[in-house]
Amino acid sequence: MFGLIYVFVLATILGFVLITKVPPTLHTPLMSGSNAISGITVVGAILAVQIGETWLSTFFGFIAVAFAMVNVVGGFLVTDRMLKMFGPKKKA
Amino acid sequence: MLYQYLYLIATVLFIFGIMRLSKVRTARSGNVYASVGMLLAIVGVLMEAGKLNWYALVAGMMLGSAVGVFIAVRTPMTAMPEMVGALNGLGGGASTLVALGYLVEEVAKLQSGQVLFDLHDMTVAQAITVPVTLLVGGITFSGSFMAFFKLRGKNWSHPLQGAARHGLHAVLGILVVLISVWMINGASGGFGITLAAGFVVLVALALGVFLVMPIGGADMPVVISLLNSYSGIAGAASGFVVGNELLVVSGALVGASGIILTQIMCKAMNRSLGNVLLGGLGETATGGAKDSEYKGVKSATPEELALLFDGATSCIVVPGYGLAVAQAQHTVRELDELLEKRGCKVRYAIHPVAGRMPGHMNVLLAEADVPYEKLLEMDAINPDFKQTDIVIVVGANDVVNPAARTEKTSPIYGMPILDVDQARTVIVLKRSLSPGYAGIKNPLFELPNCLMLFQDAKQGLQALLSELKAA
Repeated sequence: MFGLIYVFVLATILGFVLITKVPPTLHTPLMSGSNAISGITVVGAILAVQIGETWLSTFFGFIAVAFAMVNVVGGFLVTDRMLKMFGPKKKA
Repeated sequence: MLYQYLYLIATVLFIFGIMRLSKVRTARSGNVYASVGMLLAIVGVLMEAGKLNWYALVAGMMLGSAVGVFIAVRTPMTAMPEMVGALNGLGGGASTLVALGYLVEEVAKLQSGQVLFDLHDMTVAQAITVPVTLLVGGITFSGSFMAFFKLRGKNWSHPLQGAARHGLHAVLGILVVLISVWMINGASGGFGITLAAGFVVLVALALGVFLVMPIGGADMPVVISLLNSYSGIAGAASGFVVGNELLVVSGALVGASGIILTQIMCKAMNRSLGNVLLGGLGETATGGAKDSEYKGVKSATPEELALLFDGATSCIVVPGYGLAVAQAQHTVRELDELLEKRGCKVRYAIHPVAGRMPGHMNVLLAEADVPYEKLLEMDAINPDFKQTDIVIVVGANDVVNPAARTEKTSPIYGMPILDVDQARTVIVLKRSLSPGYAGIKNPLFELPNCLMLFQDAKQGLQALLSELKAA
């Protein structure tokens, strides 16, 4: 458990350092991209659809998987769509 | 175990992905890094998990992916704030459900008389993360969808005002703490703990709705950033609940990212986070309605305005939310190209809180193929207004209000603004003089060097464009 607290604190500091470097131009893609990353809850959600004691946890897991996958798929795709527009200077 | 290495690689890919997001040139590949990391994480968890209910898994995956593809492809760039808001909400909802799923599964094994602490000899820190996940995730879910509907133009107002409102929020807050304490150390057996968890979620959902409800449109960049952070914190907290490092690291990264953006937004409005969340500005400032009678405002026709561009060599466009509403980004680009052809240098001044989310204007202009080098931040462009021939303000208001510099009594006094009033001529495209959000009078419109074009941003720009082409 204490290991997790260490990891949490260090990752937060790393996050502060990394995000401070992102220029305002990229703030919207940063948000949608980090949304996609927060879809990592899908890992917890998949663990919840393991067959266990109750059907209720499987049900929660099912909705959680669906929610998290919207985040993952929607987040990464829309971020890519945005960043494509920022791409190398076009002919115009 | 192999899956643990996959989790580690996924973590590293997320971090490198975010690193690459800090430069326009590498950003797209950064996004690919992160998505590969996600794929590895999903492969990893499929290896880690025991016997899965494959129907539930495949159905959930397909349903979520289909919705994800649909909204990613169909959402117009002008609606990005809503989309990001909705995604924040789903992230928070997923974390809450993960914690609930874990809870009902684990406590089903508890005997009556046993409390949450008796679960694998939980420590205090571990037990606390269960209600924290439910609370933060629940607030993120309902708050984000509240924000989503507000951005869609729903103007729901809070049923209570002033002290009664803060009282309601305080009571809900205290209630959630009390139920959480009972949940951790009072409720016993599977049923009691599950019941307590249900109550925490319900109160959290109500809190999310009531907290976001009174916050006005112009404060949305702060709200969206904060909810972004919450969705990360909820994810990290759910990582504590299920004991997974990958969730904790990813959640922490997202949480930190949202907090930094929130700070940037607050600073750009010269307001504290508390001030935004308590929702003072939008409602208290209505007393100043009398001030909004303007004197000596000059309006001009597109024809007259077109003449101003004869001999002009420098122009700065200041976009605001009105540009997004009117979908005028492509028309702006056309005007830009025409002016450049005539030898007039065109640049864009982007205020950090222009639009409804951080970076909103940059994305819109990028969609219209405006090179990002032409987009300048407030501090970089402010010294240049003095030497600029023409400034075109397209659908922005508060961010160019000189009262923020001069009038100590103004609600926005001290907010850093774009000094457009210092330019030789300022053209303001605005539908009417009605003071927008917060009812703050904008003395810019009365200045002798300011000309108003009372039209929708897109129609106004098109009219100006056709006059310029005809000339």
